[in-house]
Amino acid sequence: MADDGKKRRPINRQDHKTPMPEQAPEARILNYKEVPLGYTPEMAMNEATRCLQCKKAPCRTGCPVDIDIPAALDLIAEGDFAGGYRKMRETNFLPAICGRVCPQEDQCESMCVLGKKNEPVAIGRLERFVADWAMQHEDSEAGAEMPVCKPATGKKVAVIGSGPASLTAASDLVQLGHEVHVFEALHKPGGVLFYGIPEFRLPKATLVKEIDGLAKIGVTFHMNYVVGATETLSELRERFDAVFIGTGAGLPWFLGIPGENLNGVYSSNEFLTRVNLMGAYKFPESDTPVKPGSRVVVVGAGNTAMDSARTAKRLQPEHVTLVYRRSRAEMPARVEEIHHAEEEGIEFKLLHTPVEIFGDEKGNVTSVKLQKMELGEPDASGRRRPLPIEGSEFVVEADCVVVALGNGPNPLLTRVEPELELSRRGTIAVDEETLESSMKGVFAGGDIVTGGATVILAMGAGRQAARSIQRYLTTGSAAF
Amino acid sequence: MGYRILKKRVLVADPKTVYFEVDAAAVAAKAKAGQFIILRVSEPGERIPLTIAQARPDDGVTTIVVQEVGKTTHDLCNLEEGQEILDFAGPLGQPTHIEKRGTVCCVGGGIGNAVVWPQAKAFHEAGNKVISIIGARTKGLLILEEEIRAASDEVIVTTDDGSYGRKGLVTDALKEVCERETVDECITIGPVIMMKFVAATTKPFQVPTQVSLNPIMVDGTGMCGACRVTVGGQTKFACVDGPEFDGHQVDFDELMKRLAYYRDLEKISYDRALERECRCGKCEGGE
Repeated sequence: MADDGKKRRPINRQDHKTPMPEQAPEARILNYKEVPLGYTPEMAMNEATRCLQCKKAPCRTGCPVDIDIPAALDLIAEGDFAGGYRKMRETNFLPAICGRVCPQEDQCESMCVLGKKNEPVAIGRLERFVADWAMQHEDSEAGAEMPVCKPATGKKVAVIGSGPASLTAASDLVQLGHEVHVFEALHKPGGVLFYGIPEFRLPKATLVKEIDGLAKIGVTFHMNYVVGATETLSELRERFDAVFIGTGAGLPWFLGIPGENLNGVYSSNEFLTRVNLMGAYKFPESDTPVKPGSRVVVVGAGNTAMDSARTAKRLQPEHVTLVYRRSRAEMPARVEEIHHAEEEGIEFKLLHTPVEIFGDEKGNVTSVKLQKMELGEPDASGRRRPLPIEGSEFVVEADCVVVALGNGPNPLLTRVEPELELSRRGTIAVDEETLESSMKGVFAGGDIVTGGATVILAMGAGRQAARSIQRYLTTGSAAF
Repeated sequence: MGYRILKKRVLVADPKTVYFEVDAAAVAAKAKAGQFIILRVSEPGERIPLTIAQARPDDGVTTIVVQEVGKTTHDLCNLEEGQEILDFAGPLGQPTHIEKRGTVCCVGGGIGNAVVWPQAKAFHEAGNKVISIIGARTKGLLILEEEIRAASDEVIVTTDDGSYGRKGLVTDALKEVCERETVDECITIGPVIMMKFVAATTKPFQVPTQVSLNPIMVDGTGMCGACRVTVGGQTKFACVDGPEFDGHQVDFDELMKRLAYYRDLEKISYDRALERECRCGKCEGGE
């Protein structure tokens, strides 16, 4: 940096983010490969030199896991990619994942000083770049280097679920010297990162490598282990010094309209799980089928709806329509995902809502009745309330409907734990500061506490819980 | 690291029906009558639910009975003792509600009799008089008769062709029992069409009837909703709300349609598997 005696590096005054190459829409809808292709070393250095190295580093305050962004970008600008990676990994063990799925535009990049007049520094792209660089150089000393864990404390922590909240908590706790065991109900680790986020946004090989890194530094993974069924939370609590619950939301909401149990109506969870976790896009090479039919209707406008629509597109039906009851301004998905979906030819039917689904004598979907909506006064969420327009209904053909309306809390773990306090919504009630639940030594974070949210918020909660667990294990109390 | 098969017994040659004892101590320690497991035979296999036939917490053995109906069950039935099932998760679903009711009828058909066995046993141990009515198309397809006899006060066997026991359907025998004496509860598992008619048979007698449903599942933990069924006009997830429901409330016709949805693709998958193993010289298989 400027004051360490080195010659001051000139700042790159480029007013926009260094573009990242990506697959063209017409090519990518025929494959499952990643859409953005990543930076070259030259592109990364060019972009990193746009950073003003602000002393106050507002970008850092926008990062839920508090990465020292200016320091990392300084190293990248100097061409020290191993150093940049190491700096990122100091506070975030999962940079290849975060670099791809974090909504940086609402976080670090939204705080970047450059963003006031021009485009902010492409922090997310740089994070992804160094993470990929390290994976490609894992045979070299710099790439293979693993963080050193503190000496063993003799304390054991159980982490339930292996999604973003759990992985973050596990990585922090293992580095503090605790013995960490992760219990996952499915046969692959990663939770929503595996079953939910498609290959073309987060390649499974990348995800698996990042999770393997956790196993290498000592985290033990137990697959096919359904806490609440295979073993209860109370029993785990007996065997471990502390427990973190990061099981996610995981109980899909449906529309509650007639015809919803017809064949061809999927929750986005089911549709994406079939394709991502079970590999249905390779059927019959893999055994699990999926039926996109020829006309797909996706309901919802969050990231999961975009993932569902774009996944459906790659199964090559004739047409994919996304139906949303509000307008473009209220769509909760990331701008980039909306943009990618439109580029790929997905039709948006905004201000429409399905009111009935029709089927044939075999019980298969044939069409959906949509109703037009208009926006009224703002509701509790601050967004303008969608109101149905009487008499505006019409019918569109469809043989596949994917409902992407979010998830409620899964009851499998909680219903057998009368001691564990729940909120009125059925999520786990925790102390806001410590994330400790009503059961001593049991902490929870991510969607099982907040309801459906984002990957990075879950990671932030995993980190917050890890801090509390550390306090709890060393002082006997999670309180500050 | 999979789940080792400790014992294999072929119960029926065609359609191949196999009894497996699996080394799955964590499942065996918890499993209760009526619960199921989800398994994957190998990569890149699908996840299928199978009801647990027997759980032995003492030696960590979980027993399943499988009938070959498609690719996955074909692969499974071909596994031998000493080989491993890749993934085996459970016990899932709500256990059968077992209490002393008086007289309980356990009605099974075909492969469903594998589950009548633990249920009859559990009801019997709870102090009920257990009448098991077990049916099959023909004598050679009747499974676990000895085990079910040992767990029941009375057993009525029916076969469609009259080759063994009484000629006829389980519902004929069930109706006679209901006419003959007071039945306090009926529990049934077998083909959906059979369960539908069992429920229709008990309804006029107002016998509470639990049916054990077997819809298509993916994760089996409530996450996907593939297994939704309509019960009393409401949507339920069989994996977390069931798999047992009030048979007088279940929409069986919807369930049958849902079970048939992937049949064309399941056939493609199965035919490919059979062809790969074929040694006739004309197919592409025989490697």
